Amino acid sequence: MNEQIMRKRSWSATIFLIIIIVITYLSAYITNFNFFQGMATVPAAIGWIVSNLFITQESLEQLPAILTQLTETIFMSIAATTTAAVVSIFLGLMGSKTTKVNGFLSGLARLIASASRNIPVVAWALILLLSFGQNSVTGYLALFVGTVGFLTRAFIESIDEASQSSVEALTATGATYFQIVSKAVVPQSLPQMISWILFMIETNIRSATLVGILTGTGIGYIFDLYYKTMDYNTVALITCSIVIAVIIIELMSNSIRKVIL
Amino acid sequence: MEAISMSTYIKRKKDGRIQIKSGSKAERVIRWTIVLFFVLTVMAFTLFDYGQLKIMSAIVETVNNLKIMFLQPALSHFSWGEAFYQVGVTLGLAVLATVLGAVIAIFLALMAATNLSNEWISKTVRILVAFGRAVPTVLWVLIFAIAAGLGSEAAVLGMLFHSVAYLVKAFSEAFEEVDAGIIEALRATGSSWWHIVRHAVLPSTFTYLLSWTFLRFEINFSVAVAMGAAAGAGGIGFELFMASGFYFDLSEVGFITYAILMIAIVLELLSTRLKNRFFAASAVE
Repeated sequence: MNEQIMRKRSWSATIFLIIIIVITYLSAYITNFNFFQGMATVPAAIGWIVSNLFITQESLEQLPAILTQLTETIFMSIAATTTAAVVSIFLGLMGSKTTKVNGFLSGLARLIASASRNIPVVAWALILLLSFGQNSVTGYLALFVGTVGFLTRAFIESIDEASQSSVEALTATGATYFQIVSKAVVPQSLPQMISWILFMIETNIRSATLVGILTGTGIGYIFDLYYKTMDYNTVALITCSIVIAVIIIELMSNSIRKVIL
Repeated sequence: MEAISMSTYIKRKKDGRIQIKSGSKAERVIRWTIVLFFVLTVMAFTLFDYGQLKIMSAIVETVNNLKIMFLQPALSHFSWGEAFYQVGVTLGLAVLATVLGAVIAIFLALMAATNLSNEWISKTVRILVAFGRAVPTVLWVLIFAIAAGLGSEAAVLGMLFHSVAYLVKAFSEAFEEVDAGIIEALRATGSSWWHIVRHAVLPSTFTYLLSWTFLRFEINFSVAVAMGAAAGAGGIGFELFMASGFYFDLSEVGFITYAILMIAIVLELLSTRLKNRFFAASAVE
């Protein structure tokens, strides 16, 4: 590396940095964000959190109700993820380069995946809320649609990665499409797929809270309720229960992942 | 003959047939996980609170709604200019959360990387980050909204937690993959820790950091939309929430959805390009 290249590099790094700073400054201007004010509120916010968000005896009385809502939310995200995974396997097989049936179906699968992934879960929740009303099915469907998009993309990648040579080998022996898929493609990419499903369950429990606030179901609804009535001790309890649930599920799925991958 | 068949160990089933499947632990775990998924899903559907749901009419209605949304998108409560501005606000929130998050994450990741820091600091940072990640973003934003007042400050600070947690994980993994030889060589010349970071670690991982940051930006955009809708943080998400929840104006919902979809797809194309350029190249090396 000679001096000229070095100089050119540091030059382009400087330009890059300036562009980032300009964009950041513009964003701050548009959103009315004051960096120093923002930083100044952090200590105050932490002070507020410490002095208001603690669990009291009174809030503990709400625990059974919170736990029912929490289990509903967890079940909702698991059901949404697993049913979406079943759909995504088919879309993934259609979309993958090695196992696609024809170009049209492959393009269609990718289109469905792209649209459902890129429209945020919030938008789906709001759209479905209009006709499905406030119940678990709305939340379930919103999560389901978003998950299909994400899992299809992930499955396409893991199928592509896992199965090129084995598909070629089986095609050479004259195996049918169904045999190739069930004997080579699915078994090889299954660990990867399960890992993605586990990841998606973790993510969905967090999104379920958000969807719940909008659709009035599960833990999100109960959080919103106590938040709006300014019962912050119960809010703290709900937040704690979510954190514990998420961490437990993360630990469980990490240990499964460690064995299968 | 006898000796040969004795020496090769062949697993047989009870009826004497040769067992083809090895039945390793991984396979067993996979099977049980699938069974568990199945059982939990069935349980979930029986536990759902169906409320007043009439499934057939709801489906028909949704199809109708979707038709109006996607076939007749229109603006009625605000102008094109304002729509652009609101999209800009959402993008701005995402930029701020990503840039600030990346800066904070670099320092925390240096502390979390096992090859650059000591065991205790690394563990502490990792636990803190895991906690920050476990709380859903919307709860952070809402909590900050009461503590710091509603506005972009609360939204950005709330979104920071997840961005930082996500990026620290990605960055520290990248730092840990830096060639140990380079670090050792620099250490042997008597370079300080900061010197090593500046001249060896950051330059060799820079493209990784950049791609990860951009991937996070893509995620932060949809998070910013969500924060607008659920926490009133403003931007296009808030307009979406108003259009569907207050005005029941489906054409406008359609327009907003198209706008979000368009930006998200542009961002995705950009990030795939970045990923192919940097990740694929570095994988080959």
